[in-house]
Amino acid sequence: MTAVETQKAPRNTVLGAIDTFVNRHASVLPTAAAAAILVVLLVGANIRFEGRFLTPGNLSALLLNNSFLMVLAVGMTFVIVTSGIDLSVGSVMAFTGIFGASLLSGGVPAFVVIPTMLVSGALIGLLIGVLVQYFNVQPFIASLAGLFLGRGLAYVVSLQSIRVEDPVVLWLQSTRFRLGDWYITPTGIIALLVVIIGALVMQFTRFGRTVYAVGGSESSAQLMGLKVARTKVMVYVISGFCGGLAGLLLTAFSGAGYPRNGIGTELDVIATVVIGGTLLAGGRGYVLGSMIGVFVFATITTIISFMGAEQSWTHIIVGGLLLLFIVVQRAIVARTSRTG
Amino acid sequence: MIANASFARITVRDGQLYGALIDILRQSAPLMLVALGMTLVIATRGIDLSVGAVMAVSGAVALTIIDGSEDPGGFGTIVIAILVAVLVSLVLGAWNGFLVSVLGIQPIIATLVLMLAGRGAALLITGGEITTVVSAPFKSIASGYLLILPVAFFIWVAAVVVVSLIERRTALGMLTEAVGINPEASRLAGVRSRGIIWTAYIASGVLAGVAGIIYSSNTMAADANSAGYLIELYAILAVVLGGTSLMGGKFSIAGTVIGVLTVQTLDSTILFMGVPPAQSPVFFAIVVIFVVLVQSPRVHRWGRSLVESMRTSSASEDDAKKKEVAA
Repeated sequence: MTAVETQKAPRNTVLGAIDTFVNRHASVLPTAAAAAILVVLLVGANIRFEGRFLTPGNLSALLLNNSFLMVLAVGMTFVIVTSGIDLSVGSVMAFTGIFGASLLSGGVPAFVVIPTMLVSGALIGLLIGVLVQYFNVQPFIASLAGLFLGRGLAYVVSLQSIRVEDPVVLWLQSTRFRLGDWYITPTGIIALLVVIIGALVMQFTRFGRTVYAVGGSESSAQLMGLKVARTKVMVYVISGFCGGLAGLLLTAFSGAGYPRNGIGTELDVIATVVIGGTLLAGGRGYVLGSMIGVFVFATITTIISFMGAEQSWTHIIVGGLLLLFIVVQRAIVARTSRTG
Repeated sequence: MIANASFARITVRDGQLYGALIDILRQSAPLMLVALGMTLVIATRGIDLSVGAVMAVSGAVALTIIDGSEDPGGFGTIVIAILVAVLVSLVLGAWNGFLVSVLGIQPIIATLVLMLAGRGAALLITGGEITTVVSAPFKSIASGYLLILPVAFFIWVAAVVVVSLIERRTALGMLTEAVGINPEASRLAGVRSRGIIWTAYIASGVLAGVAGIIYSSNTMAADANSAGYLIELYAILAVVLGGTSLMGGKFSIAGTVIGVLTVQTLDSTILFMGVPPAQSPVFFAIVVIFVVLVQSPRVHRWGRSLVESMRTSSASEDDAKKKEVAA
């Protein structure tokens, strides 16, 4: 079978090289498709808005506005690759945000508050991970408990939004490192760092390879002597930690903690991760793909705000474009897997 | 719940039963209908996140028709409003089913599309406002009484009976489970897995549509943003508490009924204890964690070994006493 295919593929041409690459790296395809569609989306938007879309300012803002989403997507990628799911991220982000804001307004210094936010996010993740691993609770349900817990605790801290006046936290948002018309804020740098660290950990560490192995087949990973239990708990801790970090970024971004932040964000995050080519069934996926997914999602929302659409149309267009995206992605993947 | 006697008290007023427990039977109607559909979808190893949005659309359609008619209290108007709303929900369910069974998109993503777009559509139908209507017969769907019990209670009991009969008295239930275990194998074995998956999503859509009608009848206002808000998560929770696995392949309608009543009782109890509604999720989380721990095999093992050790220790005390007596 393989022999026939290699004979068919003309090896010396560019097409042949692509063909071989595709055969060897089938799992990269959905991510590659996502990247291709992102380019089409950006170019299309630029033509539609007569060159006002692909401006340095606009693209820089894209990263700035969505840095919290990107951090959440990295954590979610780890969880989904182990074939789990984490519904708690939006409410964990809301809880750590309002918790941090309330501590800061109580006069606690930022160098204490920031680690507290990260640790409290990680603790909710730990709770979910322990439930999943040691008590055989389905991830959907365990993280649903995490969702309720985070949201409820956010309201216990405060029912109203709390302004943040701490200079360190506001610095994360207001500082702009400029390069011509391009700029980046510390929140953007943090988000990109999280993506890079996440990608490196997934590709090059023992832990990362165990995450893939667990998602591919948990029992096989167990029989191979990999530390399955520790890995499965750890991915939820990572996701919770990312939730805490996202809480910090969002608080810095909006200059306030608000208990109703991030309602429904978990579904946006899952959508971006899936758009980025990670299979919900587990075992396949890339952190960089999730970053592309976030950019696709962000581009779609930016396009809609450019068009000045009403609230009702925003929902419909996001839904429609998400669908279009998935169908096109599926068509590309299906075609190449047939011919390749 | 047990600590407060007034919670469990049921009184008779004007020949109708009143009390917190009766309220639970009445209020659980939307969640029960949605969870019933969700059970079927989950049995096929799917998930339907769009139910809340479908509820919003259905309520918006029904109330807009009643609002626009010349005779908002007329029986004919109500029937037409309900039929159109259910038909629209059926189409939405069929749309989900098409994406999942024909295009092969992962259920969580396929229904996420409608979850996002559905509320937008509902906002569009109501023109972004909260349409309020006055129509006595429509209001009686949620708050009326039949004999001594609420009408809404009869609606969900009827739905449970119909779905149970169809699923358990015919082979459909077994086929649904077969598809849930392995769609490819059941297709090869001659099961029309595509049609069965499609049917499950249609059923889920229709039931969500009816739930939306009951919800809008309760508030008499089409609120596109809050109708059925988060109900998909509560429904999934109820289904899983009832013992249906999210991995598909087996389902229990009786379990779902118990799960829904548990969730609804919990909700009412938390409010009854005077907790601010916004903070109630904390208690929800604690109870969910408690319930899943009780269901967990590991805790069962701990429980057994604890009982064992108590038995052996009391047995050894008995032995000691016997020895004393013998001495």
